[in-house]
Amino acid sequence: MFKKIMVPVDLAHADKLDRALRCAADLAQRYGASLVYVGVSAATPGSVAHTPQEFARKMESFAASQAETTGVPSEGLALTSHDPAVDLDPTLLRAIEDTGADLVVMASHIPNLSDYVWPSNGGTVARRAKVSVMVVR
Amino acid sequence: MADTSANQGIPEPEGTSQIIETDYEIGQDNIETQIGPFGLDIHNPVFLVSGISIIAFVFYTLALPEQAGAAFSWMFSAVTKGFDWFFLGSANIFVLFCLLLIVLPVGSVRLGGAEATPDYSYVGWFAMLFAAGMGIGLMFYGVSEPMSHFGSSMGGTAADGGVRTDWAPLGAAAGDEQAAIRLAFAATIFHWGLHPWAIYAVVALALALFSYNKGLPLTIRSAFHPLLGDRVWGWPGHVIDILAVFATLFGLATSLGFGATQANAGLNELFGVPIGSTTEVILISAITAVALISVVRGLDGGVKVLSEINMGLAALLLLFVLFAGPTLAILTGFVDYLAAYLQYLPALSNPVGREDVNFSQGWTSFYWAWWISWSPFVGMFIARVSRGRTVREFVICVLLIPSLVCVLWMSVFGGVAIQQVVQDGYTAAQEAPLELKLFKMLDALPLAGITSFIGIILVIVFFVTSSDSGSLVIDTITAGGKVDAPVPQRVFWCIFEGAVAIVLLLSAGGLQSLQSMVISTGLPFTVVLLIMCWAIWKGLLAERRAL
Repeated sequence: MFKKIMVPVDLAHADKLDRALRCAADLAQRYGASLVYVGVSAATPGSVAHTPQEFARKMESFAASQAETTGVPSEGLALTSHDPAVDLDPTLLRAIEDTGADLVVMASHIPNLSDYVWPSNGGTVARRAKVSVMVVR
Repeated sequence: MADTSANQGIPEPEGTSQIIETDYEIGQDNIETQIGPFGLDIHNPVFLVSGISIIAFVFYTLALPEQAGAAFSWMFSAVTKGFDWFFLGSANIFVLFCLLLIVLPVGSVRLGGAEATPDYSYVGWFAMLFAAGMGIGLMFYGVSEPMSHFGSSMGGTAADGGVRTDWAPLGAAAGDEQAAIRLAFAATIFHWGLHPWAIYAVVALALALFSYNKGLPLTIRSAFHPLLGDRVWGWPGHVIDILAVFATLFGLATSLGFGATQANAGLNELFGVPIGSTTEVILISAITAVALISVVRGLDGGVKVLSEINMGLAALLLLFVLFAGPTLAILTGFVDYLAAYLQYLPALSNPVGREDVNFSQGWTSFYWAWWISWSPFVGMFIARVSRGRTVREFVICVLLIPSLVCVLWMSVFGGVAIQQVVQDGYTAAQEAPLELKLFKMLDALPLAGITSFIGIILVIVFFVTSSDSGSLVIDTITAGGKVDAPVPQRVFWCIFEGAVAIVLLLSAGGLQSLQSMVISTGLPFTVVLLIMCWAIWKGLLAERRAL
């Protein structure tokens, strides 16, 4: 049913991703799909990495360690954005096209009042993406 | 290569750039919390201390306006008069330093590492750095400054007890129209040319180098790492960042206030909109609202788009004035004024033994303090958008090209206005108050209604671009160098700027006293900038060795 599952990850909050990561791995095993983990950062030094190259390496090793635990073929993709606080959604939507993923599994928070003004990234991606999106809350 | 995913702190040096090894992890002092429905990610002491002291300061100026006014104006004259030699000398050092970086081999170092590619095209990049750095001043002073120097130069020198009391630059040019025009433009270009842009370039280069190549957070304190070592992550660094937030917020708030005054004057001239605090409050609110939209749309979708629109409009206005005015005279003037600038530059920039005290203290020293107090904001914004350029390319584009554009702008706007006086005897612009001079000059040209309207739009949009880029900068500093802090934080700073501007505008003399305050912050920042030059030099040498 699915061939490639894209999982957006925020390495600064990797501890909150557990459910989404397990869910994505289960689905990948069920349908024999591969996984692509996508991270977005600015070019400026941040809490995860000091340079875009370092960020790319961290995404790769994150994917490698996931592949070890889940046994699913996985790759890491690091994307750079000028203003990630605002550009995250369009960057992820582009990544869906570029990776050719046919399912997105992403973690999100439980919607609250501020979601009326600033919708969650999961919500926006689900609304705009052309492929299936599973938002794990 | 070691597995770095577990270690969120120290990166691997890449060979192409020399990352500074430090145990500091960006965001380690940050508080991530939820207030109501809004997520927050703020640097602990910097956000709270700057927020609270800004509120305290506003209350002080409101509660004791006279005392505050007197204190600030004393501070202002003490700083610009007592330290004029320091401002003038330091600014000369910045210009020479930047020019050296163009010709020396270290100029080949690339910001962001040897393989980095530029984030923005030349047009987008240039539009943003120009709009943030100078835009509004050109609207305000483009006509008025050359005219003012022209008038005082024609008046000749006057002295009282051996001290010059006139405001003319250098030795003036009593009665000699052509000499007075050349001197006026040399002085104006001096204030808007190489020196201010060198000040911005030093700050921007220091920040870009230490964050893109050295891996330190994008805050002012990072440039002090070579000097203070890991102590920059403690209170010395907090103080530097808090000062920067202070200068940026008050600089923006005062400018918002003055911008509202000019836009109000223009609207009154054009549509008869009443002049008064109600209109100005509405204008500031409207400017803040547009800035809010822009800041929520982000760097690419908001700030960049607005900057490009504004550059386009400004270019149109420039071309119109050029062709509607005496085109040939302006163009020959441009070359002639540039030559006059170079001819008078050594005398104008001489920091000691000046006879034209009013000019060198009241104009030059004031301007240098003003540019320097704006430099944390503009410099940081320029740094944010300059990744991937080589140092040489960076300095040429931040120093030489903007300087030339300023020369052109002043030659056209000031040139037309002076020609109106000298050739046509049209003195409306000369006699008008500061905020109206531009509109009076446009009045004498065809299509005055349209061009004045464009002028007002330009004033407003230049403020929006200052306000939104300022909010981004303050948000980044108060988030400890993180550029991906939650959007509500930028919204907070943007509204806060507008609120401070409104409160100060409504209080008598509030804006003037704060302007004095902002300028006084120029003195400590001059020392900051001198240290930055040294830090840049050290940092660049390390990069060269790594190549």
